[in-house]
Amino acid sequence: MNTLVLSTHDRPAGGDLPAARRSATTESPWVRRLLIGAALAFLTLFLFVPLVTVFFEAFKKGWGVYWAAITEPDARSAIALTLIAAGISVPANLIFGVSAAWAIAKFDFRGKNVLLTLIDLPFSVSPVIAGLIYVLVFGLQGWFGSWFIDNDMKIIFAVPGIVLATIFVTFPFVARELIPLMQAQGQEQEEAARVLGASGWQMFWRVTLPNVKWALLYGVILCNARAMGEFGAVSVVSGHIRGQTNTMPLHIEIVYNEYQFAAAFAVASLLAFLALVTLGLKYVIEQRVKGQKRAVGDRSE
Amino acid sequence: MILSRTLLKRHSVLPGFDLALGFALLYISLIVLVPLSAAFLKTFTMTWASFWDAVSSPRVVASYRLTFGASFAAAALNAVFGLAVAWVLVRYEFPFKRLIDALVDLPFALPTAVAGIALTAIYAENGWIGQFLPFKVSFTPLGVFVALVFIGVPFVVRTVQPVLEDVNRELEEAAATLGASRWQTFTKVILPIVLPALLTGFALAFARALGEYGSVIFIAGNMPMVSEITPLLIITKLEQYDYAGATAIAVVMLVTSFALLLLINSLQTWARKRQGGV
Repeated sequence: MNTLVLSTHDRPAGGDLPAARRSATTESPWVRRLLIGAALAFLTLFLFVPLVTVFFEAFKKGWGVYWAAITEPDARSAIALTLIAAGISVPANLIFGVSAAWAIAKFDFRGKNVLLTLIDLPFSVSPVIAGLIYVLVFGLQGWFGSWFIDNDMKIIFAVPGIVLATIFVTFPFVARELIPLMQAQGQEQEEAARVLGASGWQMFWRVTLPNVKWALLYGVILCNARAMGEFGAVSVVSGHIRGQTNTMPLHIEIVYNEYQFAAAFAVASLLAFLALVTLGLKYVIEQRVKGQKRAVGDRSE
Repeated sequence: MILSRTLLKRHSVLPGFDLALGFALLYISLIVLVPLSAAFLKTFTMTWASFWDAVSSPRVVASYRLTFGASFAAAALNAVFGLAVAWVLVRYEFPFKRLIDALVDLPFALPTAVAGIALTAIYAENGWIGQFLPFKVSFTPLGVFVALVFIGVPFVVRTVQPVLEDVNRELEEAAATLGASRWQTFTKVILPIVLPALLTGFALAFARALGEYGSVIFIAGNMPMVSEITPLLIITKLEQYDYAGATAIAVVMLVTSFALLLLINSLQTWARKRQGGV
């Protein structure tokens, strides 16, 4: 593993080039400064300032207000519901991602490209439409709406609908991280395990899973971040019942619309903190996955 | 068993094909295909005239104009500055480069509602940035543009960055040896190589912006005919129990996104070919 980590420092860096080559294939210092300045100004204006604002506004009225905002009953129930929705949708999409990747990466079958396109489909559907289609299926006037009413089950404007909408919008994350890596790794190691007498599950747990663990974790982290932060899709199916069907992003909206800005930003800061943790983990894992992909490439050469 | 006998192109010693593909197909059907088809089937219960009325009333057309216009402008700004950011991150050294590189993905990780209230606060008339601007941003169509720029930032940077990293430096040296100025080398050698990736990034940012809801509704002001985006109109119709009207607009958006998805796929194929050829 150590060698994999080392091999990540291979980006070409203009500053490292010998002086003689620098004049011909890089830009003059003031062009550089101008470009760096423009890029940083753009990122500052659109990314960094909003991020700082969230924390600044959250703590503007002091710790007391902050603490009260994130511990009041409605906020607590929103946090709980967000954890439930992510806690169900992430494992569900994890299992789907692994089985789809296993079929697609290790076997050659008809219709593979169609399946690949279908997996990416939820990313190109607006979150609002993702919510709408579940209302059409499970809502009062929907296909199965009356059946669920008769059996005293509530999907729309209740927790199951929120979970379903969250599953839809986070659907591709794990699968699309695993598929390219597992395709690159090929079948040889699994075939060897089988020849040596491993059962199907032994092969899976001891060969396949360890080979893809970083990519898997990467997919799970991205999936989780989106699951906890989803707003549009959940907003359509939730019904906004305080203390019952509000997730954290929906709670933020309600509190914000009541002009309790400090409270809204306090809950928002929890999600912003989650986003920063996600980015940190993402960065660490990305280096590992890059190293792993490179190792796979070297082996096949 | 049926799956492996009918679909497999050649026999494999590995187990689990039926289980894995069977589960994947069942799951994808239940979660994605059946609900999506509900949208299309719902519109078939409408007459053509009522469908057309629903998708072409003045308020809806105004929302298309805003959504498509602001998405296009935001993706265009991201194409220009995204290229600059990718270039700077690949070619130059400066303080905190790795941190900044990691933060480029912030819009992927930060929930849209959080981004929405933060941008609204900053670009409001008394906000950190808004107070220095001579014109209003929050609660105007310009606010929609700002939110869509935010969510589109990573797309161009992350599609252009790997291609720029792979640009063969010898090509630039050759161009320089043959007397090209740095600007000529950039426009005639480097830009053609990164162009497919740049267009892909632009299309991805544009497609994402079309469907965006969470970050926009806080900053937009949501005035009918002025600053109301199409996804919000779908929600408004739903709240009025106009399910058919909401679905008709949704189908227009879905067809647009699927067309964009096809375009993006062919752009990516082109990009791969172009990269492979160099």
